[in-house]
Amino acid sequence: MVKQMAVFMENRKGRIGELTKVLKKNNIDLVTLSIADTKDFGILRCITRDNARAEQALRAAGFTVTTTELIGVEVADEPGRLAEVTELLEENDVNIEYLYSFARQSVGTGIILFKVDNEALALKALKDKGVKILEEAII
Amino acid sequence: MGYFNKAIETMSRAELETLQSERLKNLVAYVYERVPFYREKMNAMRVKPSDIHTIADIVKLPFTEKTDLRDNYPFGLFAVPEREVVRVHASSGTTGKLTVVGYTKADLDVWSEVMARSLTCAGVTADSTVHVSYGYGLFTGGLGAHDGASKIGARVVPASSGNTARQLMLLKDFKATTLCCTPSYAAYLGDALYENGYDIRDFSLKSGLFGAEPWTEEMRAEIEKKLRIKAYDVYGLSEIMGPGVSVECEAQNGMHVWEDHFFPEILDDDLQPAPYGEQGELVFTTLTKQALPLLRYRTKDICSLHVDPCPCGRTHVRMGKIMGRKDDMLIIRGVNVFPSQIETVLLQMGNVSPHYQLVVGRENNTDTLEVRVELAQGMFSDEVKHIEALRSDMESRLHSALGLSARVKLVEPNTIPRSEGKAVRVVDNRKL
Repeated sequence: MVKQMAVFMENRKGRIGELTKVLKKNNIDLVTLSIADTKDFGILRCITRDNARAEQALRAAGFTVTTTELIGVEVADEPGRLAEVTELLEENDVNIEYLYSFARQSVGTGIILFKVDNEALALKALKDKGVKILEEAII
Repeated sequence: MGYFNKAIETMSRAELETLQSERLKNLVAYVYERVPFYREKMNAMRVKPSDIHTIADIVKLPFTEKTDLRDNYPFGLFAVPEREVVRVHASSGTTGKLTVVGYTKADLDVWSEVMARSLTCAGVTADSTVHVSYGYGLFTGGLGAHDGASKIGARVVPASSGNTARQLMLLKDFKATTLCCTPSYAAYLGDALYENGYDIRDFSLKSGLFGAEPWTEEMRAEIEKKLRIKAYDVYGLSEIMGPGVSVECEAQNGMHVWEDHFFPEILDDDLQPAPYGEQGELVFTTLTKQALPLLRYRTKDICSLHVDPCPCGRTHVRMGKIMGRKDDMLIIRGVNVFPSQIETVLLQMGNVSPHYQLVVGRENNTDTLEVRVELAQGMFSDEVKHIEALRSDMESRLHSALGLSARVKLVEPNTIPRSEGKAVRVVDNRKL
């Protein structure tokens, strides 16, 4: 399982900048960052190389932060690999709450991170299929 | 325009004072005998009913506050056995409990009498059709206007509130001549009429009696223009009676207080009587009420009283527009709202931060209420749907507690401005 931080973002100018400044000041390296937005607010989701320290620094700066665990898998960076994962989940009747992915071009793999409604079932299905599941450190 | 009760409405000030003195003496003896709350208060102040000789002696009497009604919830201040109470109404209180009021049959007669006088001021006669868009229910607006119009013998269309398209159809097809509702709803109807493809020239409206919330001269001008009517302000509060405590006449220069039933005083900041013309807190004594007689009830409304002669011939004092409140009560779409009610709802939710702010605005002549709540650590989730669910749960709890819909906006911690360590609870952007 991969640890991810979620940060509450009111739709106000400059808030993402403030968050990145806090990380920069504390010399924390970002691995991923994505934002889910609604009319009034957004949820910023990110993974850093030192989540524990990042969470502490962001809370100290007044951000509302929560840490959650995601399933992370590493697949070959070629067409159809994401489809295999989503089809597998669908076959097992597992719903995806949210998902994001990125490619590691240097090693030719893709990382898929997602949250599901039935973690145990999803993990078992992935393991049985021989998909590479990531531990805490994703890179 | 005519009077509904000329003898009373135009009686000389001297006669009126004699009548008030007589009624006050009876009232004090009545409450001293029947209401333990007042007997104890008067005993503590060493005042006996025999100390009251004229209306000027009213200053010797104790005050009553909204909290006294709440503390004696629901019927503790009633002066008659419950079987004599034929009607109960209620409005919001400062906490979860309602402010409950009761009426005997005679009280309802007085209420319909003063409301009939008020509607007559707005030109209503037995030939009129009165369309009532105040809510019917625990709120006094609907039934108060209804009974007054019935007493005159007018046709009443008890439309109640909501469903604007149907309201417009009824107004036009039933040929309403007088509209009763809140001023903001009247202004809203004025706009909706054109948007729904109607032409005001096909309507029969002549006047409107609007109250339950403060409004401005600019709003009056807008309503009068859009609906092609003369718009009259009416004032009331359920604790004293309901709508019809005071009303504007055709001079539109202050609202005549029906002083033979409701004795008004204006108090300065030290709770001492202020002279006519000066602003202060408006206080009422119900001179004739049976079920829930109140001595010197503090309305918390700030206004002034004027006794100079009115061109309409009525001698009863006129009160100016309400200029503000002595407490933090807001009137939103005609509904009384206390910030403490919102706090109660948020605290009941458990894991919610008690930091909130009310932002009141007016869009298209309708009041809007936004409740900003700081999102506490414990309420936060990484999933949008959980936060949206929390927000809609808050909205529905607020709706049932306040009796009006509010929009909840979740904000980041420490973003609601604090002054001297205390959050600024209310931002009212309505320019009243």
